[in-house]
Amino acid sequence: MKTNREIKNKSLLRFTTAGSVDDGKSTLIGRLLYDSKSIFEDQMDHIVESSKRLGKEGIDLSLLTDGLRAEREQGITIDVAYRYFATPARKFIIADTPGHIQYTRNMVTGASTADLAVILIDARKGVLEQTLRHSYIASLLDIRHIVFCINKMDMVNYSEEVFVNIRNDLGVLAGKLKIENVYYIPISAKLGDNVVEPSEKMEWYEGRTFLRFIETVEIEKTKNSSEPRLPVQTIIRPLSDEYHDYRGYAGRIAGGTFRKGDTVTVLPSMSRSRISGIDVMGKNLSEASAGDSVSITLEDQIDIGRGDLIVRDDKLPQSGQDISLMICWFNEKPLKAGGRYLVRLNTNEIECIVKTINYRMNIDSLERDYENITINMNDIANINIRTSKPFFFDAYRKNNITGSLIFIDPGTKKTVAAGMIQEQ
Amino acid sequence: MKINNEHLKELEDEAIFVMREVAAQFEKKVILFSGGKDSIVLVHLARKAFWPAKMPFSLMHIDTGHNFEETLTFRDNLAKELGVELIVRLVQDSIDQGRVSEETGINASRNKAQSVTLLDAIEDLKIDVAIGGGRRDEEKARAKERFFSHRNEFGQWDPKNQRPELWNIFNGHKNFGEHFRVFPISNWTELDVWQYIMSENIILPHLYYTHRRRIFQRNGVYLAWAPFMMTKPSEMVFEADVRCRTIGDITCTGVTLSKAESLEEIVSEIAATRVTERGGRYDDRRSEAAMEDRKKEGYF
Repeated sequence: MKTNREIKNKSLLRFTTAGSVDDGKSTLIGRLLYDSKSIFEDQMDHIVESSKRLGKEGIDLSLLTDGLRAEREQGITIDVAYRYFATPARKFIIADTPGHIQYTRNMVTGASTADLAVILIDARKGVLEQTLRHSYIASLLDIRHIVFCINKMDMVNYSEEVFVNIRNDLGVLAGKLKIENVYYIPISAKLGDNVVEPSEKMEWYEGRTFLRFIETVEIEKTKNSSEPRLPVQTIIRPLSDEYHDYRGYAGRIAGGTFRKGDTVTVLPSMSRSRISGIDVMGKNLSEASAGDSVSITLEDQIDIGRGDLIVRDDKLPQSGQDISLMICWFNEKPLKAGGRYLVRLNTNEIECIVKTINYRMNIDSLERDYENITINMNDIANINIRTSKPFFFDAYRKNNITGSLIFIDPGTKKTVAAGMIQEQ
Repeated sequence: MKINNEHLKELEDEAIFVMREVAAQFEKKVILFSGGKDSIVLVHLARKAFWPAKMPFSLMHIDTGHNFEETLTFRDNLAKELGVELIVRLVQDSIDQGRVSEETGINASRNKAQSVTLLDAIEDLKIDVAIGGGRRDEEKARAKERFFSHRNEFGQWDPKNQRPELWNIFNGHKNFGEHFRVFPISNWTELDVWQYIMSENIILPHLYYTHRRRIFQRNGVYLAWAPFMMTKPSEMVFEADVRCRTIGDITCTGVTLSKAESLEEIVSEIAATRVTERGGRYDDRRSEAAMEDRKKEGYF
C-alpha cells in the first residue's frame, strides 16, 4: 500500500454547496464546470436547447445541475445532486444541496461526507436567516473549512465596501460557531468573475479565485487518525482447500493505524488477540490506516460478528447505554419522547428508546429552546437515548464514523434522523 | 502515463465497503452484468472485497438478444472462472409472453423493454438486491441516485422521496416485495474507471480496443451495423477502425472512430474527449428526461 501511494498523485476533495433560493449556486457550479472545460459538447448542446425552450435569455448554466424534470420545470433544486470534475491538481466531488428551508435534510446529507462547505451569499442581501442555518449545519457536522462566496458582485457595482461589510458580519457568525477555517471570496457566478479567472472588475481583491482556492486549500485528512478502529462488516470464510482455516474480519478502518502484531480488543466481548495478517486480495500488508478497506486475521479463534468493533488495546472507545446526541429530524411525524427506533452506528444496529428531548436548536437565533421542544421535520435537537444493549462509540468530534448514527423507523424502514454523539 | 493513485484508492476502498454492506444486509444478491466495462469493474471489486472467499453474488444478464457475440463468450468465461452462478434472462421471452411489446420502426430498440424482463426476474427469483455499475457522472437523473437505492414493490424509483444517505451508513431495510439497487461505483467518472482498469490490469473484451467494423451514421452517432438492423436508404454502411466506448445492446451503442490499441491510448483518448460516453447512447437522445423516465419504470 505504501508504494502504491508514493506514485504521486491526485487527491480527492469532497465539498458541499449551500445557499438560499436564487443565490446562484447551480450557476456557480455550472460556471466552474464550464470554465474549467468539464462540460462536454453534448451536455452543452442540451443546455442551449433547453435554455431556448424555457425562454431563457442566453445560456442558463443551472440547467446542468438540475437533473430531474420537476426541477427544470420549477427552476428549483429538489435533491442532493453529485457532480464530478477534475483539474490537473485535484479531483472534486460536489454535493450540490438545495437551499429551501424544507430541505435541511439534504444539506445535512451533503455535509456528512464533505471536507469543505461552500456557502453562497447574495451580495445585495447579505447575511440571511438561511446563512445562519447553513453555517450552523456545517459546524454541527464538523466541517472544518467553510468558504463564503459573496455572489452577484456585478449587481452591487463590484463594491469593496459591500464585500467588507458582509465579510465582517460573517466573521462574527463564524466566531460564534467556532468554525476553525473561514475564507471569503467575492464573485459573480453568472459572469465568471473570480470563479476560474481573476476578475478585472475587482482589483481590490487580492485573494485566490474560487477554483484556485479549492485546488489548493489544505484539508487535513487526519480527522479520524488517532485511535485505531475497525467496525466489522462481514466475516470472510472461504472454506476452500487452500484457505481452509482462513477467517478474515472485513471492514473499512474508521480511524488510526493497525499494524501486524498489534494487540487488539474486540468489543463487545472484550476478547483480546494479536493481528496476524492484514490482507487486500493476496497482498499481505504490514499496516493499514483510516479509510482502507481490508480483511484482518487474528492469532486466536474468537467469536466475532458483524457490528463488533476491533480497537487497539490501549485506545478503547466509550461505552454505555445512555447516550446524549444532537440529531437532525427528517420525518413528517414529529419525534416523540418515549419513541422506539432502530439506531445504526456504522455496522452495528441496536434498538433504542428516546428518553428525553433536552432542547430544540433555534437556528435563526442560534439559541437553545427549552420550552417548545416539539421536534418537526428539519429540526435540530439535543436528545438522550437509551439503547437495549451497551454500545461502543466515540464522540463525533473525535471520529465522525464511530460517532455518527442514523435512526430507522422500524415500521416504515425509513431513515428518520441523523445523530451525532456528544462528549458524554 | 501517470496514474493518480490516491483518489483511485479512495474510490476503491469506498466501493469495497459498499460491496460488503450488500453482502451483510441482503439475502438473494446479484450483480447486473452486461459485459460492459463498468460491470467488469464491479466484478473485479467484488472479487477483491471477499478474497480469498468466492463472492457471495450471482451474475445476472438481461439479454436483449442484440449482442456483440464476443460479449457473451466473455460473460460465460468470466462466470466459469469465478465459479459463480450465471443467470440469463431473455427480453425475447418477455416479448413472446406478451409482457412487453416490441418497438417497431427504424429506431426500434429493446433497451427500454429490458426493464420488464429485469423486474420479472427480480420477482421470480426473489432477488432483494441488484448491484449495478451506474455512475452519477453518466447522466443528470443518475446524479440524484443513492448508493443504496430503494425500489417499491412495483420496482419503481421515486427520485423526489429518497432516503437520505449520510456518512457511510447504508440503510437496506425494506418491506416484503421491495428491493434495492446498489451502485458501488456511484462516485467514479468514466476516466476513473479507465484509469482503474489500467492500474489493476483488468481484462476487457476486445471490442473496447480498435477493430475493423461495418458501421453507419445516424443523427451524428456512429452505430455498429448488424444484420437485424434497419437502415434508411441515405445511411451508408461502411467499414472503419472503431472501438466501443460503452457496450450494451447493439442497436443503441454508439462506436467511436479510434485506433487506440492499448489502455494507455484509451485513457489519453478519454482524457481529451469532449463528448460524454452517453452522448453516443442512442437511448438517451430520445428526450431530455429519457433516463429519468426509464429509471422510474425500473431501468438499471
